[in-house]
Amino acid sequence: MNRRDFLKVAGSGALIATASSTVEARGNKEPLPNAVGMLYDSTLCIGCRACVYKCKEVNDMPSVVRDNEVQWDQAEELSGDTLNIIKAYKHGTGETKNSATDGFAFIKRNCMHCVDAGCVSVCPVSAMIKDPETGIVSHNPDACIGCRYCVAACPYNVPKYEYDEAFGQIQKCQLCNQKGVERISKGQNPGCVEVCPTGANIFGTREELLAEAKRRLAMTPGEEYSFPLERVGSTYTHRAKAAAYHPHIFGESEGGGTQVMVIAGMEHTKLGLPDLPERSYASMSETVQHSIYGGMLAPAGLLAGLLYFARRNTKHDDEGEGEA
Amino acid sequence: MSHHQPIGGRLFTAPFLFLGILAVIALVLLVDRFANGLAAVTNLNDGYPWGIWVVYDIVVGTGFACGGYVLALTVYIANKGKYHPLVRPALLASLFGYSLGGLGAVIDMGRYWNFYQMFNPAQMNLNSVMLEVGLCVSAYSLVLFIEFLPVILEKFRADVWRARLEKVLFIFIAIGVLLPTMHQSSLGSLLIAMGHKVDPLWQAQQLMPLLAIMTAMLMGFCIVIFEGSMAAVGLRQPSETHLHRGLIKVIVGLVAAYLVIRFGDLIRRGALGGAFEGDLQGNMFLLETALFVVPLLILGSSRFNRQGRFLLIAAVSLLLAGATYRFNAFLVGFDPGAGYVYFPSAAELMVSIGIVAIEIMGYLFFVKLFPVMPKHQQAHA
Repeated sequence: MNRRDFLKVAGSGALIATASSTVEARGNKEPLPNAVGMLYDSTLCIGCRACVYKCKEVNDMPSVVRDNEVQWDQAEELSGDTLNIIKAYKHGTGETKNSATDGFAFIKRNCMHCVDAGCVSVCPVSAMIKDPETGIVSHNPDACIGCRYCVAACPYNVPKYEYDEAFGQIQKCQLCNQKGVERISKGQNPGCVEVCPTGANIFGTREELLAEAKRRLAMTPGEEYSFPLERVGSTYTHRAKAAAYHPHIFGESEGGGTQVMVIAGMEHTKLGLPDLPERSYASMSETVQHSIYGGMLAPAGLLAGLLYFARRNTKHDDEGEGEA
Repeated sequence: MSHHQPIGGRLFTAPFLFLGILAVIALVLLVDRFANGLAAVTNLNDGYPWGIWVVYDIVVGTGFACGGYVLALTVYIANKGKYHPLVRPALLASLFGYSLGGLGAVIDMGRYWNFYQMFNPAQMNLNSVMLEVGLCVSAYSLVLFIEFLPVILEKFRADVWRARLEKVLFIFIAIGVLLPTMHQSSLGSLLIAMGHKVDPLWQAQQLMPLLAIMTAMLMGFCIVIFEGSMAAVGLRQPSETHLHRGLIKVIVGLVAAYLVIRFGDLIRRGALGGAFEGDLQGNMFLLETALFVVPLLILGSSRFNRQGRFLLIAAVSLLLAGATYRFNAFLVGFDPGAGYVYFPSAAELMVSIGIVAIEIMGYLFFVKLFPVMPKHQQAHA
């Protein structure tokens, strides 16, 4: 075989790959019409960590033990034992709430339930599942092989593997709707929402939550408003003076959008949330993968060429065996 | 009739026994891993889910095991028959590299008992790069075994079976070129979904699969030269420098094309500045680049490229270059944020070292007892 033939084989594979790419390229997934989630308002959060405690209770997770004492609210980072956490931001003297300079603020971290979830896209065995109705991202340990690609691919470092157990599993917030808990399906609220005393963390559909977030961003700082407890539109409310919001809803568009969204008195990066492009990493990854493997056309074409040359050249090899 | 012969000699030499000790240490540590979990042996943590077991044993290790792939491509597809004597030893090294890479994957897998789910059509996620890598690496390990089977059949004089196998072997040779092309490029694609966690010096998005397949081919060609030289020195095999010289031309072309694409991409994305920040990532990028560029200068110089010694130095440097690129992209350039750090534990390293020891022991076992190495009729020639 000469070089030209060889280039033909290589070229045909590449050609099919490029041709199929235009067909298969995909953009971000659209939010589901009934997607549910949470809105966390950092300015209303008083850092009581009732949500951290309640989360552990609902999800049957052990508390942190330090100095031989059970410290129910002392988890410092999300882990295989902690699916929800309140962290603090502090700067300078730390006197003024919601102020980036010489101030402090709280941030709640848990699964963001991405609209176009990376963990769901990368899992080889479909053990990360996005519910087709609610959009809640849940996990199936019976399918999981423990490769931890979901951990590596989550922009928020949410899924956690239990490294200290012989038969560890992946743990993550499933919005209290996993098998055996199913609070959302039963019409209840997630545990962390139920116990929040100030309405800093509320449940609702993604659409409702976005509208509520926009209402808050439009408030006049210093004036008193009603903030619903537990759910958007709830009759139970908390009266408070509106803070000076940073005019951005984290999760409206970040990484293709999330179903858990955050508003705060300062930039989200100060609170440890990443800066993400609008295009989801999942869509980038899948576009490349399907450009190459769409319909398996390119591999099939390449294999056909390889078979042809391998057969021809091994035949030649047999005949010439005496001379080599 | 055969062109190959066992090289013979004592198997249980002092170096062999030393490798055996390393292997036993690794096996003992693995008991701990399976009894007490990954944290008992590794420094893996909530920010770094992949450590050296993934990055060395699989990502770099299978790159080193691409010798069988590139020689199949050269000999059977591009029909360069003169390289045929290099094929069997390369296939053997690939077979060990891949099967032990697979073993590394199982050891690292947090829920290994569910591994079969990858082959369960009801669970397969066709969007997942990991699925492609997992299935393809498993299939290729099997194909490598079949490609190597004639050696075993020849040893036991199963000529009828060998003749039958040889008739259909071209199918496995073709698949054996297709599969590494697929999964070696996919190893690069694994990083796309990690987005900003991968430093801009390495996050090349849609170019990831191309850079990965190019480094795979490069590492494949260079390992052939490296193994050949080791066999010449360590096992007193005749030198194959004359054949290696032909491979060098391909290598030079590959490195040049790789550097053009790599730097073209970095400049286009405006990411090259990161190289000169003096931090770990920047310095490791400079080291990686030097390992690519220096051999190119050696091989391009007529003063050096005639000497086997310099060919070996260049090949080793390029092996390290490919390995460093992959290490950098997967570990050094991987930053999950939130203050997480990772450096492998001694035990974790010992397991990877033990796996390499098993590879070398297996290689020695086969070349000494099976017809792997080319027969050289006239040693005095």
